[in-house]
Amino acid sequence: MAPEAVLEIIEKQFPDEVIDLVPEGVHPHAVVKPDRWHDIALFLRDDERLRFDWLRCVTGVDHIEDKIFTLVYDLHATLPAETPSGIWKVRNEIAIKVRVDRDDPHVASVADVWPAANWHEREVYDLLGVVFDGHPDLRRILCCDDWVGHPLRKDYEYPLEFHGIPAVTEFAQTRPQH
Amino acid sequence: MSWIENRFEDNLIITSLDWAINWARKSSIWPMTFGIACCAIEMMAVGASRFDLDRFGAGAFRATPRQADLMIVAGTVTYKMADRVRRLYNQMPEPKYVMAMGACTIGGGPYFKHGYHVVKGVDLVVPVDVYVPGCPPRPESLLEGLMRLQDMITHQTLARQPEAVTA
Repeated sequence: MAPEAVLEIIEKQFPDEVIDLVPEGVHPHAVVKPDRWHDIALFLRDDERLRFDWLRCVTGVDHIEDKIFTLVYDLHATLPAETPSGIWKVRNEIAIKVRVDRDDPHVASVADVWPAANWHEREVYDLLGVVFDGHPDLRRILCCDDWVGHPLRKDYEYPLEFHGIPAVTEFAQTRPQH
Repeated sequence: MSWIENRFEDNLIITSLDWAINWARKSSIWPMTFGIACCAIEMMAVGASRFDLDRFGAGAFRATPRQADLMIVAGTVTYKMADRVRRLYNQMPEPKYVMAMGACTIGGGPYFKHGYHVVKGVDLVVPVDVYVPGCPPRPESLLEGLMRLQDMITHQTLARQPEAVTA
């Protein structure tokens, strides 16, 4: 199925949610609103024509000048192998971009739709601070539990010290005498 | 050996004992099995047969800090890891030595300016005896660093030291 057809199905099902459709290029995607994202995800996974059964990646992008975060969900629909020794093929490949407000970043978690989203959403939460409502275990995954701030935000300020270790290079580092 | 250190003057018995103890120490530096990032791959190469760290008595990688003499910090130290590095260092028995291996460990390396999570040198966390620069260092460099550490151990003494002059 061509990406145009996939995007058409999505737009027909959720006409009020879709902001933009980009079927051309190397990364065909649909831009949707965050309000009914969980329903859209369930539809993408369960609809007979689509069957997007594999969430490959979740990424967050900080558009600080537009005051939004864009969450990019890369989805694959797989075809099972025809013979036991064969390999499966990708039937459809599409991305969904969810725009959320940068000042109050909340979006529904899809960890119950695709279990792969669990750790990906924790990473986006850790590095960008997007809160995924309904996530089973929303903790930091890369930084320390007591880390302050979200490092990949464009307006992130580097810490001056962490656990007594001086941090930024502009900070006047005095080498400790052990 | 702290009970015997710093008690006797520098005489024939002490210097002979020094020689024996230092020879034993430098000939059996047991490193800790502890690799943080890509430098650890070079460290494994040093331990393997082509370069063979065991020729210098330092091939017995111990899987616990309590049996180790040397901590080779091989790789990027993040702030999350720095707490663990410090704890492992504190668990090692005296005498203990630290070798900083690679650019990241010495001073942050490529993460010096924009690495929000990288410690700008492991000597901000634990005292370092030998620095081995490189990205990553060749196995020969690490062997050289080990021999410099052996030189350092050779010059240790039990004899009483002059009082440190404090400004």
